[in-house]
Amino acid sequence: MRSVSPAAETWRRFLRHKLAVAGLLVLVVMVLMVAFGPFLWRLSINDIDFTARLKTPTLAHPLGTDDLGQDIFARMLYGGRISLAVGLAAMLMAMIVGVTVGAVAGISRGPVDAALMWLTDLFLSLPQLPLLLILIYLFREALKAAFGPEIGVFILIVVVIGCFRWMPVARLVRAQFFSLREKEFVEAARALGASVPRQVVRHILPNSLGPVIVAGTIDVAAAIIAESTLSFLGLGFPPDIPTWGRILFDSKEYLDIAPHWALFPGTAIFLAVLCINFVGDGLRDALDPRKVL
Amino acid sequence: MGRYFLRRLLLAVPSLLGISVVLFTVLALAPGDPFSDMALNPSIPASVQQALRAKFGLDDPVWQRYFHWLLAMLKGDWGFSFISRIDVNKLIRQRVPVTLAVIGASQVLALLIALPVGIYSAARPYSWFDRIASTLAFVGFSLPTFFTGLLLILVFSIKLDWLPFVFRTDLAATGWLWWWHEIKQSIMPVMVLGLFQGASWTRYVRSAMLDVIRLDYVTTARSKGLRERAVIMKHVVRNALIPVVTLVALTMPQVFGGAIVTEQIFRVPGIGSLLIDAILRNDTPVIMGVTFVFACLVIFFNLIADLLYGWLDPRISYR
Repeated sequence: MRSVSPAAETWRRFLRHKLAVAGLLVLVVMVLMVAFGPFLWRLSINDIDFTARLKTPTLAHPLGTDDLGQDIFARMLYGGRISLAVGLAAMLMAMIVGVTVGAVAGISRGPVDAALMWLTDLFLSLPQLPLLLILIYLFREALKAAFGPEIGVFILIVVVIGCFRWMPVARLVRAQFFSLREKEFVEAARALGASVPRQVVRHILPNSLGPVIVAGTIDVAAAIIAESTLSFLGLGFPPDIPTWGRILFDSKEYLDIAPHWALFPGTAIFLAVLCINFVGDGLRDALDPRKVL
Repeated sequence: MGRYFLRRLLLAVPSLLGISVVLFTVLALAPGDPFSDMALNPSIPASVQQALRAKFGLDDPVWQRYFHWLLAMLKGDWGFSFISRIDVNKLIRQRVPVTLAVIGASQVLALLIALPVGIYSAARPYSWFDRIASTLAFVGFSLPTFFTGLLLILVFSIKLDWLPFVFRTDLAATGWLWWWHEIKQSIMPVMVLGLFQGASWTRYVRSAMLDVIRLDYVTTARSKGLRERAVIMKHVVRNALIPVVTLVALTMPQVFGGAIVTEQIFRVPGIGSLLIDAILRNDTPVIMGVTFVFACLVIFFNLIADLLYGWLDPRISYR
């Protein structure tokens, strides 16, 4: 029998999930567009042109223009970078905190575990959106002053969203650790004299990553929604950084005369989230060894 | 059962205290305080500033200020809104019923969608109905509430002109006509929240059903000749709903988040839009009060989840 690496096997199983593959393709196209689009589509994002206000899509402006005559396509390409980057960065943040807390709780028994789980439960029962709004309202000015408007708000939003999404990951990792640390291969490592950090990093953690990867994928979607929600409520990025949520926020007063302005960024958010969710679903099936594919 | 209830109730107290500590810490860590503007005002002498700060205890250590605040909250003194010029608890009491009505109605709608669709899907897994329902559910919970809200406004208010898109509290009509207007203006906010929740719960119901439907006792029920309908409704659904009930209660924080967005889109005068207004206008006492109410509601629903779980599932031991 031919030997197959775990990654290749996962990929083969992933390809069985048609919607996930389609989602991945759309996502790749979106990422390429926001990564390279601004170099190819040379219209500036803040060129004001009052002769072309609120134009519906034409060849010159494929997605139309907004109330200042700015090209929506260019703005969406630029803003998409930030929307997607926030999603990824916030997911990484949540993963790091979640895996650390879960691993520490999972490997140490007794009071440390109990305290960490109490903290996790406390965070789970916090009213998230209100607290997010408050944190941003309170710390926005300070961070803007420290890092400049763009980076400051970016850091704030990523940290805050990441801090509210690590709990499910921590629980997952802890549960995995509980079963894995009693397994024979870990016992063998222990018998060979591996230190606790080595047992964790080399043996337990790599085997517990399957569900974590799935949770991470879904977290990207959740973080994108969270960022657009904040921007949509007028508490996210400032108007000169047109993330998709921010464009929606600006467009909602013109819904009756320029519906295209709201439809395009909204569809972009929806498509990104839908595709990420499909990819997550495909990964869940591909990484679940009990599922025959 | 009584002791279980009491234990749960007692466990809710530390979480409430924990949340109040988090809330207070956040506000205490934040740069600036209500009197920071005063320092820039040259017409107020430094000694007066010092006296005012001392009077309101702004220079006390943090823990002292926390206990002060906690005591005041417990006594029902929630502060005074800078903007609306009335007591915060009065303001919140005016707004809470609207929020609860909208959330309640949308949860009922979500259950009316999720239960039948989820049960029917799981009864015929991988059929056409199941595939279409699952895909639609996926689409439903990938659609952010703010976008569905705008889409509904676009279709039903602007294009079709059937429903008003601003929620009004000063309806002129009385009697039946008032109810008619009230229902008409509530349809869209309730739909936005309900469809989103309904979509995600459909998936929960379906997977919970599929977990139970494979168990041996279901096969037994079938093999003793019960009709399929009786097997599904009496044997499977009852047990499958136990985890769903908990999930419904546990997703409440998410629902409140959605309610904030929805209230903001449709200008529903609930506590969600109150919170946004307060944040945009720096009305700190209102922000503290509303967040605390949200926290209480979340903990209350967690408590209900625990109790329902204990009541529905006799396998849980009441310890």
